[in-house]
Amino acid sequence: MVKKIYFQSIFFSFFFIKEAFAAESGGMPQLNPEFWVSQIFWLILTFGIMYLVLSKLILPKISNNLESRKSQILENIEAAEKQREDSDTKLKEYDEIISKSKLEANSIFNQAREKALKDIGAKREVLDKQIDNEISEAEKEIDILRKNAPDKINKIAIETSSELLQKLIGTEVNNSSISAIVDDLSKRNGDKYYGN
Amino acid sequence: MAANPMSQFDVYRIGPEIKVGAFDISFTNASLFMILSTVSILLVFNLGSKKNSILPNKIQLLAELSYTFVSKMISDTAGSKAKPYFAFIFSLFMFVLFCNMFGMIPYTFTVTSHIIVTFVLAAFIFIGVTVIGFIKHGFGYLKLFVPSGVPAVLLPLIVVIEIISYLSRPISLSVRLFANMMAGHTMMKVFGGFVISLGIVGGWLPLSFSVALTGLEILVAFLQAYVFAILTCIYLNDALNLHH
Repeated sequence: MVKKIYFQSIFFSFFFIKEAFAAESGGMPQLNPEFWVSQIFWLILTFGIMYLVLSKLILPKISNNLESRKSQILENIEAAEKQREDSDTKLKEYDEIISKSKLEANSIFNQAREKALKDIGAKREVLDKQIDNEISEAEKEIDILRKNAPDKINKIAIETSSELLQKLIGTEVNNSSISAIVDDLSKRNGDKYYGN
Repeated sequence: MAANPMSQFDVYRIGPEIKVGAFDISFTNASLFMILSTVSILLVFNLGSKKNSILPNKIQLLAELSYTFVSKMISDTAGSKAKPYFAFIFSLFMFVLFCNMFGMIPYTFTVTSHIIVTFVLAAFIFIGVTVIGFIKHGFGYLKLFVPSGVPAVLLPLIVVIEIISYLSRPISLSVRLFANMMAGHTMMKVFGGFVISLGIVGGWLPLSFSVALTGLEILVAFLQAYVFAILTCIYLNDALNLHH
């Protein structure tokens, strides 16, 4: 507000003092034409030189700087974009390789398991056969031993009893008669001894 | 510096009197501040354009921000056809801005507070824009004074008003800048004088006012440079893109 009033007073003084600008004090120095030509001359000189230097030397440099920065930033963005794409494709390749190798590993594992199972089965069969053979042989031996056992026992009994008789009685006894008795006894008591 | 608030606008000779024919072109305090402003502009922008680093330093950032600021201002108001005049409008904006800002330093002289300086700039712009308009459109440029869609009865009046408004452009452009600068600086001087005359007891109020005014004046210094440049762009737009 104050400024406005002041501005107005100065603006009006522009007209009123115009007639009296020859008076040195109190008037506006702006309206004293003494140095007008000098001011115009120096204005044209300084402004002209500044304009020439700015337009020919400095401003093209600044615009060049701005352009080169812009283009470099664009280039960098492009390069970054390209690298991103590259990394994307590489990531995809990597994923593919990973999934492929997973499948491969799975199949290898399955094959190995099957093979191992087959091997184990074959070995077991062989072992089973061997065990069966051994068992049957052992059974045969046991059978033979069992069949032979009563005869041997009879023989031992006959010989023992004949020697016993000889020692007790002092006479030789006919072996055949003893064997007949032993056979008879063993037949009678065979069940008791052998469990047949 | 006398107590008279207008004495800060006095132009005085520095060194001997130089005369070319009948014209006095002596070196004055006004010439000194014109040279200071232009040299500072050239220095700042030369330093700001020397190195081209991707991450600019402070002075380079300043130069590039000013460049993009002015170029955006021109393309927004006058379109892409105004590109050849970029260097001139940039120089104009920077010259007015630096002269205004130099004037904010105590005991300095404000070049743009003189009507003759602003009027020469405005007259040059006015003549230049008019010449560009006639070169681009020939006599068709006169259509600028005949707005479309106006009733035939009003047309003579409108044309007269348009011509007067067109011819008053250099005056309004120059007086706006000059009056703003002069009024602001005079006010600051007046309040500064109040501080002295009221002394230690009552001087605080005008002092605080003076501080506030300094901020305002710095804003005005920038704003007036901006207004000067943008009005030049608008006039240029009229000459380049005839709308009527």
